Amino acid sequence: MLETVTPIAARAGLEKSLRRRLRLGERFIEGWVFLSGLLAIVVLLGIVAILLKEGLPIFGYTPPWEFLFGTKWYPISEPPTFGIMPFFVATLMITLLATAIAVPIGVGCAAYLAEVASSKVRETVKPIIEILAGIPSVMMGFIGLILLSPLVQSIFHLNTGLCGLTASIMLSLMSLPIIVSVSEDALHAVPNEFKEASYALGVTKWETIRHVCIPAALSGITAAIMLGVGRAIGETMTVLMVAGGALAVPVSPTDPMTTMTAAIASGIGNAVRGGLQYQALFAIGLILFIMTLAVNLVAERVLERQKRKFAG
Amino acid sequence: MIAKNGLRKRWLSIALIFAAGLVITLAGCSGRTGSDTGLSGSIKIIGSNTVTPLSSVWAEEFMKESPKVRIAVSGPGSGVGIAALIDGTTDICQSSRPITSSEIDQAKTKGVNPYEIQVATDALSVVVNPANSISELTIAQISAIYTNKITNWKELGGKDAPIVAMGRDTNSGTHVFFKEHVVQMAGLPTQDKKLEYGSKVLLLPSTEEGVSQVASNPNAIFYAGLAYVDKTVKPLAIKKTPSDSAVLPSAKTALDGTYPISRPLLFYTNGMPTGAIKAFIDYCLSPEGQQKVSEAGFVPLAKK
Repeated sequence: MLETVTPIAARAGLEKSLRRRLRLGERFIEGWVFLSGLLAIVVLLGIVAILLKEGLPIFGYTPPWEFLFGTKWYPISEPPTFGIMPFFVATLMITLLATAIAVPIGVGCAAYLAEVASSKVRETVKPIIEILAGIPSVMMGFIGLILLSPLVQSIFHLNTGLCGLTASIMLSLMSLPIIVSVSEDALHAVPNEFKEASYALGVTKWETIRHVCIPAALSGITAAIMLGVGRAIGETMTVLMVAGGALAVPVSPTDPMTTMTAAIASGIGNAVRGGLQYQALFAIGLILFIMTLAVNLVAERVLERQKRKFAG
Repeated sequence: MIAKNGLRKRWLSIALIFAAGLVITLAGCSGRTGSDTGLSGSIKIIGSNTVTPLSSVWAEEFMKESPKVRIAVSGPGSGVGIAALIDGTTDICQSSRPITSSEIDQAKTKGVNPYEIQVATDALSVVVNPANSISELTIAQISAIYTNKITNWKELGGKDAPIVAMGRDTNSGTHVFFKEHVVQMAGLPTQDKKLEYGSKVLLLPSTEEGVSQVASNPNAIFYAGLAYVDKTVKPLAIKKTPSDSAVLPSAKTALDGTYPISRPLLFYTNGMPTGAIKAFIDYCLSPEGQQKVSEAGFVPLAKK
């Protein structure tokens, strides 16, 4: 960054005042960029600090293992009971199922757009898919409530269509655009030489996609999947509306359930600042934060290994 | 130079038009204030989802009379309203359940003094799908449904189908009132304060969602304020004990006390209300205000 200053300084014949003014401007911009970078870190640390400060005291009332593995959540009873096992299992179940639905469709769609479709189709379809990402989650909730839940109920002969499966399908629709868009970019960036070499060996299009393009773009595809998982884990409004809101530990995806995000949203309104329920909800937030952090770390590991593999 | 002058003139005229418009608007405003009640300010009402339709009607009518008062109503749940009152972020808390003693303690430590005003009455209705053959239940039977002890309509004399029990989430005053008065059977000899909602009960984020689910699901049961009961669902007649007669929820049965699960709808303010807030609550309690209670589907207060 500093290097950009030197050519200006080197230029002879410039008036001193002008030089000083430029240098001042440069300094200002540098400082501003530095502060913006710092701000992101400060905000992150601030969030962690608040989560710890507001969430940790609950473990004085409910020990951590009881909080994590307890199956009863009665925040407004006297005395209250806080066990988040049902929410934890529900979040895992819904996220995994949503990812399992979204990844094959998303990567397939990306492969089609990048390798098979004509550039005209590609330039029309991709923006349309990206518009899907802009649909507010409350609208997806409505669609799930009105269209999908009766369908799921009748197909699987359930007592109610408000269940984890309905939520998973809606979430997979919401993470699909991210997965398609980012993996398509990754596939598009695979050098043409790779493909040409493959075709020169007499390999079919499908085999090229499967054995050359997708492995070469795997780091980008992994990043896309992790972004999709992140979206699914953190989504609140849609799951609040369609997942059913039961407090039992879910056994099957067709059970009604409450995710960690939905538990926070449906309880934070009546939690008085500093009260036990308030602390318990912050502790859920803390655990959710640790989970997303873990997802990111795993993603980073996978990416690293992938890079090494290609380098070697 | 000439072009520049012309440009400047045009700018001047635009500015003049704006200024004139501003003066006219301001004059219009000040002209209007002369004729109204002289009240001004903004009132925030937060709380019960059940009371929201009623408060909204009151707010609209009141703002017609006093156009300088702005009233904002939102209904995330009674618990939310009470928490907002304690945290000092609302002027009026609307609630479908009385404030608890621990909430009063929390309020006192924050220097808030909750003042309770009953503004209407509600018959808490238990609703099923119109295709359901069941038309009356005792409170003990409903309690057994919501604690997952009875899970099939067959056990209550209906058809052989699983019961899908639905309630509101913990933000809701109706959730709390129903828990105390139906699930735990307050005021009955069989009262048991240890009973909780069963873990299979669906806790929904809004009353509208529950009513629409019951309307489309023949096996569902839900509870809602009388104002939310429409033709798409069937209210059940409730028996306090098996030997009592079954009573359907209505304004009449809630008012004469024969309907067993009627409840007060309350406003809470920080201390005695004053100024615009007092004027608004006085309007709610006036004969015109109570007329709106019946129109919104709730039960007006008994005439003194």
